[in-house]
Amino acid sequence: MRKYIVRRLIISVITVWLIATSCFFLLRTLPGNPFQTTSLLSAEMVDRMMHYYGLDRPLWDQYVTYMQNLLRGNFGYSLKYAGQSVNGIIASTFPISAQLGLQAYFLSIPLGFLFGIVAARCRGKAVDYGLVGFSVLGVSVPVFILAAMLQYVFAIRLKWLPVAQWKSFQHTILPTVTLAFSSIAGRTRSMRTFMLEIVNEDYIKTAKAKGLSKYRVVWSHQIRNAVIPMIPTMGMEIVGMLMGSFVVEQIFAIPGIGNQFVTSIQNLDYTMTLGLTVFFGVFVVAANFIVDIVYGIVDPRIRVR
Amino acid sequence: MSVAEERMSGTEKGAGKGMSPVSAEDFVPVPEGERDTDVIVRPSVSYWRDALRRITHDKVAMVSLGFIAVIVLLAVFAPVFGRYNYETNNLMATNVKPCGEHWFGTDTLGRDLWARVWVGARVSLVVGLFGAIVPQVIGIVVGGIAGYFGGWVDMVIMRIIDVGVCIPELIYITLIMLYLGSGPLPLVLAMAMVGWMGSARMIRGRIMQFKSREFVLASKTLGGSPFHLIFRSIFPNILGQQVVSLTAAIPGAIFMEAYLSFIGLGIQSPLTSWGQLSQVGASNYRLHPYQLFIPGILISLTILALYLFGNSLRDALDPHLRD
Repeated sequence: MRKYIVRRLIISVITVWLIATSCFFLLRTLPGNPFQTTSLLSAEMVDRMMHYYGLDRPLWDQYVTYMQNLLRGNFGYSLKYAGQSVNGIIASTFPISAQLGLQAYFLSIPLGFLFGIVAARCRGKAVDYGLVGFSVLGVSVPVFILAAMLQYVFAIRLKWLPVAQWKSFQHTILPTVTLAFSSIAGRTRSMRTFMLEIVNEDYIKTAKAKGLSKYRVVWSHQIRNAVIPMIPTMGMEIVGMLMGSFVVEQIFAIPGIGNQFVTSIQNLDYTMTLGLTVFFGVFVVAANFIVDIVYGIVDPRIRVR
Repeated sequence: MSVAEERMSGTEKGAGKGMSPVSAEDFVPVPEGERDTDVIVRPSVSYWRDALRRITHDKVAMVSLGFIAVIVLLAVFAPVFGRYNYETNNLMATNVKPCGEHWFGTDTLGRDLWARVWVGARVSLVVGLFGAIVPQVIGIVVGGIAGYFGGWVDMVIMRIIDVGVCIPELIYITLIMLYLGSGPLPLVLAMAMVGWMGSARMIRGRIMQFKSREFVLASKTLGGSPFHLIFRSIFPNILGQQVVSLTAAIPGAIFMEAYLSFIGLGIQSPLTSWGQLSQVGASNYRLHPYQLFIPGILISLTILALYLFGNSLRDALDPHLRD
């Protein structure tokens, strides 16, 4: 087991390094430079800015400096917001996206499982059709349409909730529901499928034959086994949600990290984009690492590979 | 596998229960001369014919297909026969609500939305179709090579993919947009650049499943070239699953186009698409809700129809996956 963990860890570290490196060079192939957009600057000023940020040095030299800083956990300075470090911007925007993501995640888990279980238990009845209909709807409505519709109904027509912005708990309700919606729908669907897939398995029959109560059969045998194939996707999903959704953040005017990321690409703010990408990358790789380890513990066959 | 067997035996039992009881008189001995057991009485039904029969008997699939056909026909013909051009603006008639003159109303620049919606449908559907096909084709080639040759080739390709999928999609897309500008073709290329990795992974897994099967080994022993083995021996076996993934990818690509145009990286005015219409509509839907909700509902319904059709197609082509 230890050997397995060490090997996974080494692969993870190499992956993070490769992400940072390939992204560093990919971004530099983009045409234009971050200071051109402000046409007020004279050519001489642009040169001085380039020199100030070290962008006139050879690319290789810049790469070494960047990597040295990265090893110390320093993402450098934003090229667009004077004097602001990337670390500082992450520190101010990430908690907002993370709060939104966690709220959505912890809304979607119980609801998704509950709907899936209920649908599978009531297979072929009206409740089942209703829930399947909901889950199909959830995957076919684009998030911006859903966001706009929720805003229109609950904020503009009924005036129950604020339209946008990020101030109090009331402000977080609509974005949380929007973000959680498709995830609830997807989870309902897969939970229902997995529940129905194992309903004829031998161990369920054995459990019934032993004379266990319906509750025990469903709870300790059917649900537990149906949850196992959903573990890996749950790990990736929490990463996706923590990282914020640009569309949700934009429609609800939330100053989160997803919003920041898209703006930084549009502004050619190299250090910002790169810093955020490496930050995302570490999360993705860490989540994969944890999922691999959990799977290694749950299923010993994987360790041997 | 055991699940599928379980289910199949289950349906047989179910069918047996519904039949009327059989008595001994129902059976008549076959005359001596006709006892030719080697003749196959019923015509053999091929895989594809069976799938076609199943899909045509599926009501949901046929309704979805009908809806998709209507959308495609409108996208092809509505802009041709419409009274208005999609980019001509009439500043005397801005933000007109849907009425007899302008069926879907007009936008803030006074452009007829009926024309714009169907021109947008053309762009969205074409980008959706090619945005699904192109990455799959690349994925089949790369995944096929990785899965078939294995060893260090596989190792290198899979590591590249592992790193590639961790880089946010928006970086690739911005890269392509900056070099090639905005429009349907760069969009498809961007989707190809992002999407090939996932499908290559999937194909690799499937190829590896079949690589060591007897019929492939037999073909190899007979001196089949790698190309022959991949495309003639293995590929026909995964074609059904591939068609299923392709139908599942089309709504995904339409979503992607809508998302990219919505954040301003996809199609840009005066050309239009459903995503671009939604983006414009979203900026002033509080005053003119129809400008967002018409394209929005069309996207949702089209994706719904494609999704339902894809599900039925999966059931028809892949008997193991039926629920």
